[in-house]
Amino acid sequence: MPVYKGETLKMILIYAAAILIVTWILAPLGLIFLSAFAVPSEYYDIRKPIPTKFTLENVNTLLFILGAWRSTLNSLFVAILTILISFALGLPAGYSLARFMFKGRDTFKLLIIGLRMFPIIVLAVPLITIYLQIGLADTLIGVALAHTAMSLPFVVLITSSIFAGIPVDYEEAGMVFGLSRMEAFLRVTLPLALPGLAAASIFVFIMSWNEVFIASVLVLINRTLPADILISALNAPDPLKFAAGFVMVLPAMIFVFIARKYLIQVWGITIR
Amino acid sequence: MVEVRMENLVKRFGKVVAVDHVNLTIKNGEFVVLLGPSGCGKTTTLRLISGLELPDEGKIYFDNRDVTYLPPKERNISMVFQSYAVWPHMTVYDNIAFPMKIKKIDEKEIDRRVKWAAELLQIKELLNRYPHQLSGGQKQRVAVARAIVIEPSVLLMDEPLSNLDALLRMLMRSELKKLQKQLKVTTIYVTHDQVEAMVMADRVAVMNRGRIMQVGTTDEIYNKPANLFVAGFIGSPRMNFFEASVSDSTLETSSFKLTLPEEFKRVLEKQETVIVGIRPEDIYPVERGIPPGVKTIELEGKVDFIEPLGSDTIIHLKIGEILLLIKVPGSFLVEYGRKLKIALDLNKLHIFDKKTEKALI
Repeated sequence: MPVYKGETLKMILIYAAAILIVTWILAPLGLIFLSAFAVPSEYYDIRKPIPTKFTLENVNTLLFILGAWRSTLNSLFVAILTILISFALGLPAGYSLARFMFKGRDTFKLLIIGLRMFPIIVLAVPLITIYLQIGLADTLIGVALAHTAMSLPFVVLITSSIFAGIPVDYEEAGMVFGLSRMEAFLRVTLPLALPGLAAASIFVFIMSWNEVFIASVLVLINRTLPADILISALNAPDPLKFAAGFVMVLPAMIFVFIARKYLIQVWGITIR
Repeated sequence: MVEVRMENLVKRFGKVVAVDHVNLTIKNGEFVVLLGPSGCGKTTTLRLISGLELPDEGKIYFDNRDVTYLPPKERNISMVFQSYAVWPHMTVYDNIAFPMKIKKIDEKEIDRRVKWAAELLQIKELLNRYPHQLSGGQKQRVAVARAIVIEPSVLLMDEPLSNLDALLRMLMRSELKKLQKQLKVTTIYVTHDQVEAMVMADRVAVMNRGRIMQVGTTDEIYNKPANLFVAGFIGSPRMNFFEASVSDSTLETSSFKLTLPEEFKRVLEKQETVIVGIRPEDIYPVERGIPPGVKTIELEGKVDFIEPLGSDTIIHLKIGEILLLIKVPGSFLVEYGRKLKIALDLNKLHIFDKKTEKALI
């Protein structure tokens, strides 16, 4: 790569910093992956810091013998339901915040952020009481609703900034040329907002996928993956814990990988 | 193609009256420009006609159809936006075709019309590109093509040339005007650029603070401004103004006296103080000679500043406390500080009532 005169040292420092940051993030992931597939005898062998023989046994035990496959599906279901509900509610709210001036608009925004001030622990007990009364306790829908409450403020604020970033002229042009406001939104604004919305959905997915506290309090039988792992894998041998870590990380990584292109577009960088 | 009639239109934003009792009729096929400084309500008026905003009072008619509260899509209008608003997620072809697709026009006809418009605006080779691959001028052409393919009743344009560079702007001015004459579509065009307005319009409506100050042809608003605002807004350099008190047919300013011929007496009757206006090009340096047959009145002042512009020169002349700008050909050379005799063209003198700011002649 060509470098300006006198900037060689600067480039070396930048690369060094980049490598450091990447290592910081990748090293634990690498450790998890290696240990998750290591043959237990090699894992416990002190002479082999890096295992050489690999097996699917650990993941298999976790998923099928300990039955984590069911909680994985539960987690997926909850995450997707959370995305659906929080977008169904958050999208129109974000749109109105971006497009319309109304009294109390700023107060409303502040209130939305204010919601996030309540510690989950404080909310969990009243929530389970209410859930018991209305029959939502121990259901995945209940967990999804709780996760929606957690992610909704975020969805409202981020979608409103996404919509605010799309010039209203595009939509008005649509209306002038024969669309109603709703059609203009669906056929002009929504396709333009899609990258940003995809990025927002990643955050919601990961938030729901990782959330362990509410999920363990609200559900006993239909556990989500983090809640399940917390209970069943805690006392299991190390390789199983690493397998659990792997199973936790993998779907999130796949999801991010698919939506990565959009995520980066939101931040104004384009990948070639 | 329709006649557009606005009756007593009022639009308020909170306490601000953006459009204040506007009455205007635009004839079938006419090109009318709404001209005024920023914030004068011209764009809001256009948006009321488009239906993107709804008025608080008044009516809008397309021919005899009351469209005041119809949504934009039921008005059969098109609009060219200042930002062009060419949809970024569609190719040029799809951008032009989209309004027709919405109107469920048959595929073949859509194709024919897209090609016709592309030909007309010379963007044929751009049809497969995306907007981010286009220059400002090209986007503007796409926006115009999109606006004309649906054969609108009314074509609305909101400062469509303001984002182009000077040369392209001049070129597009004449092209848009020719296109409008060819299509014979009723057109309402908003701009703050007086040259653009005067060059393009059949009639110009000059607006200020939400009101229409004068409607007329370029010749009318330039030569017979109805009030002080229009006189000052139209023309560059600006018209010279000075205040004068009246006695009989004599005007007395703080620095000089003008004794006007008898025929001004009738106009000046009952007036105490008036504002006198004269354009820089209607003042002649006496030594250059005065065009034959022009009735003038002479004054003398001192050259205070000179702005050479190449083809013309603007001389700032001080007569006592009063500063007059005089436009002379660039070949006329003067020096700073010297005395200069000038002659004001009496036929081009404008006199305004100081209180009402309306033109007396």
